[in-house]
Amino acid sequence: MRYLPLTADDRADMLKTIGAKSVDDFYGDVPVSARLKAPIGGLPNHQGELAVERHMTKLAAKNRSASEGRFFVGCGAYKHHIPASVDHIIQRSEFLTTYTPYQPEIAQGTLQTMFEFQTQVAALTGMEVANASMYDGSTACAEAAVMACRVTKRSTVILSGGLHPHYADTTRTLCEAAGIKVVQLPPAIDGELELASHVNEEAACVIGQSPNVFGTVTDLTQVADAAHAKGALLVSVFTEVVSLGLVKPPGEMGVDIAVGEGQSIGVPLGFGGPYVGLFTCRSKFLRQMPGRLCGETLDADGKRGFVLTLSTREQHIRRDKATSNICTNSGLCMLAFTAHMTLLGDKGLTQLTRLNHEAACDLADALARVKGVKVLTPRFFNEIAFETPKPADAVLAALEKHDVIGGVRASRLFPGAKLDNVIVAAATECTTQDDINSYAAALAEVLK
Amino acid sequence: MTMNSTGRPTSLSAIDGDVPTQTVSGSKGLLQAEGLLFEIGSTQKTGVDLPAPKGGKDRLGGVTRTASSNLPGLSEPEAMRHYVRLSQKNYAIDLGLFPLGSCTMKHNPRLNEKVARLPGFADVHPMQPQATVQGALEVIEELAHWLMTLTNMPAVAMSPKAGAHGELCGMLSIRAALRARGEPNRKRVLVPVSAHGTNPATAAQCGFIIDEINAAPDGRVDLEDLKSKLKDSSDIAGIMLTNPNTCGLFERDIVKIAELIHAAGGYFYCDGANFNAIVGRVRPGDLGIDAMHINLHKTFSTPHGGGGPGSGPTVLSNALAPYAPVPFIVKTAEGLRFVEHHSDAPDSFGRMCAFHGQMGMFTRALTYILSHGADGLRQVAEDAVLNANYILARLKPLMSPAFEGYCMHEALFSDGFLKDTGVETIDIAKGLIDEGYHPMTMYFPLVVHGAMLIEPTETESKAELDRFCDALASIARRAVQKDPSLKSAPHLAPTKRLDETRAARSPRLKWTPEPPTLKAAE
Repeated sequence: MRYLPLTADDRADMLKTIGAKSVDDFYGDVPVSARLKAPIGGLPNHQGELAVERHMTKLAAKNRSASEGRFFVGCGAYKHHIPASVDHIIQRSEFLTTYTPYQPEIAQGTLQTMFEFQTQVAALTGMEVANASMYDGSTACAEAAVMACRVTKRSTVILSGGLHPHYADTTRTLCEAAGIKVVQLPPAIDGELELASHVNEEAACVIGQSPNVFGTVTDLTQVADAAHAKGALLVSVFTEVVSLGLVKPPGEMGVDIAVGEGQSIGVPLGFGGPYVGLFTCRSKFLRQMPGRLCGETLDADGKRGFVLTLSTREQHIRRDKATSNICTNSGLCMLAFTAHMTLLGDKGLTQLTRLNHEAACDLADALARVKGVKVLTPRFFNEIAFETPKPADAVLAALEKHDVIGGVRASRLFPGAKLDNVIVAAATECTTQDDINSYAAALAEVLK
Repeated sequence: MTMNSTGRPTSLSAIDGDVPTQTVSGSKGLLQAEGLLFEIGSTQKTGVDLPAPKGGKDRLGGVTRTASSNLPGLSEPEAMRHYVRLSQKNYAIDLGLFPLGSCTMKHNPRLNEKVARLPGFADVHPMQPQATVQGALEVIEELAHWLMTLTNMPAVAMSPKAGAHGELCGMLSIRAALRARGEPNRKRVLVPVSAHGTNPATAAQCGFIIDEINAAPDGRVDLEDLKSKLKDSSDIAGIMLTNPNTCGLFERDIVKIAELIHAAGGYFYCDGANFNAIVGRVRPGDLGIDAMHINLHKTFSTPHGGGGPGSGPTVLSNALAPYAPVPFIVKTAEGLRFVEHHSDAPDSFGRMCAFHGQMGMFTRALTYILSHGADGLRQVAEDAVLNANYILARLKPLMSPAFEGYCMHEALFSDGFLKDTGVETIDIAKGLIDEGYHPMTMYFPLVVHGAMLIEPTETESKAELDRFCDALASIARRAVQKDPSLKSAPHLAPTKRLDETRAARSPRLKWTPEPPTLKAAE
């Protein structure tokens, strides 16, 4: 077996040194009834690289990749171009095969990139402090809700109707277990501002999303004011981090905790994970934050260095009093994010955001020209919701026959919400004018 | 002497003595000095060439950013150097033995990386039509089959994103099962004092109350203490127990513990962090457990990546399976399909994350599992346990084994041998850094004083183990001789010992443009 270095002679020598007859001696504490005498039956034995690669390649070939053709699916994960150097960087052995930097003297590579990541995320969101990542945007959202309850000592959270339903569901799961009441506003394409009229003295926070799951961008400033007037926090969510280069960021809207998905920068679609959750807040809430934090310090020679810090918030120190049970975060995806962000810089990011926005404007205009189609999203970044005269599932299936993966039907997001004819579609810098023309032409054909 | 902002001398005249210990560049041979991105980058620079935007169209409705992000960029060659230079300040499995106990730092096969990057896996969207991702669903099904078979458990939830997330999955399943039984007031969860911190943190997050069970002198659960905690069992929700436990020992009374907890009306959550010791030799389902997460990033070799991403599929017993989270896969006439909504699975406790879990880890883990096969996985466990016992046997004469007898996959020592030396566990750990090794897990588990937990894994050769044991033995001897240089170790690492207290006292968590106030260490 190619991954196991011990030879039969080694094993015999080592057993002799130990003074054991066979490895069975080490399993002496296992109840006799549970001891397996031989490899588990009904499973194949080991295989060489070639055989395994063939098998996996065959499975991969059964999937249609987003690059294969016209592709407009968004809703929380976005098809973007990733520079080749990003994947090279994250495959460096020293980054790929290392652990959480508990021993800072031999982990400054990971720690400095964490510090740079935290700085980039804070700058991008306009928020005061960012942590070193969460599992993904949805779990970051759930943690934000629970954190808001810790900060305000209240136990109700109010979710907008534009919050990604997976985020809402994830938040509900964590909140219900913690005894927190969740109020969910009905799905609304342009309803983020409704949070302002629903906030009350019981609410720990209101959670709004911009751009929301229908693509609508909203200035949440008045929601922040309304929330603060009632002693509640405003948590804002984004699922498309690229938008922050152009759209008003949380830090400019009075947001208290801003969380989101970082996948769009550096991380491939990967069928939903692993991704990288971004978590930011006002610095006064620092000690209530979940997750790892990297901080600057000095070594014994007075030289600058970085360490994991404020770990008294965390489970390995605080156990059942910890701010969260999170241990592993999303280190390698964090590295991909920060490396891609470094390659972009403000200059590249600004261009990228404009290209995304223009592609979406072109898409919206092209689809709006198709007879019977109505674009519903009033203000958008790179994603729109639109309505057709026919049910969305049938329309999307028919578009597939024209080699157009046209988006996500709203009924998959919100079953039973009477949004049966609504489709959510995204465009990015990867979307060509030809893709857009083909989509419009195919849609016209399908709706004939 | 004059120093610049990063503590380097500004001219050669500052170099003392015949042999230079400082350099003007700050670099030392292969080890390159590297500033922060914010010191070396520029907002004028970028490492990407994008087409110029056409301009004109704007549908943002005025919801636009006013202040620039001011994020500096780097050209591609500068970015490559930045990250390669930083990478060289990291220790890694590919560089040497990484004996971090309980973390299972084994070799990460590169075939896994290659497979995960096939466009059919890396470039598919979680919300694209399910008919176009049947291969991805087959991967999840095939991996699920292996995990259920290796554990002899009837169900597995695939969406948990890490070990602690898997614990959450298991505990939320238990919570849902208790509610379904009409017993939501069962709130007490027994957790051994030796448990990982994630166990009590998870239980608390689910609204449970933690009741700690003592360890017996042999490092296992104190069965008498457990029984006394079960005397009044009306409020018992369950137990969270790691097996093999965090002392690297198999809980020999585990079947009895399962019976006791079930008789008390509770469920048995097994922390599967140490599954590597028993995979192919023992099926946890044969021990009476109700739930167990499996860290794909430990037992099944997906890379740790400097702290994630992990993946924590959680196997469930028949009693808990109905409450598993959405989404899950079902077979239909049209092929494999996700059940995505709580409304379609009313017993489910709900959703744990957006989308379907850590697909990128599933492809890697399945590749690893198929490479080993049933025979190879059994050998994995045996070699992992053999390697740990070899280390235990070799170091026993010089260090203090925490418990009598053999260990499983990790060897645990106390700081008994350091008594009256002035040297502490942390000094031993930092001494190992100078010898070119990542330290062992230190001060965990909490039940052993000054604990040193060493897990070599099965992917180390005998020669590597011997080299490591020689190095650690020499440090142990120096400690006993009260070698003062251990107290200030490491001396040969890229940085000296870092001041963690200072970092926590005045947190500086991002770069800011004001000049750094670097003074000599206080």
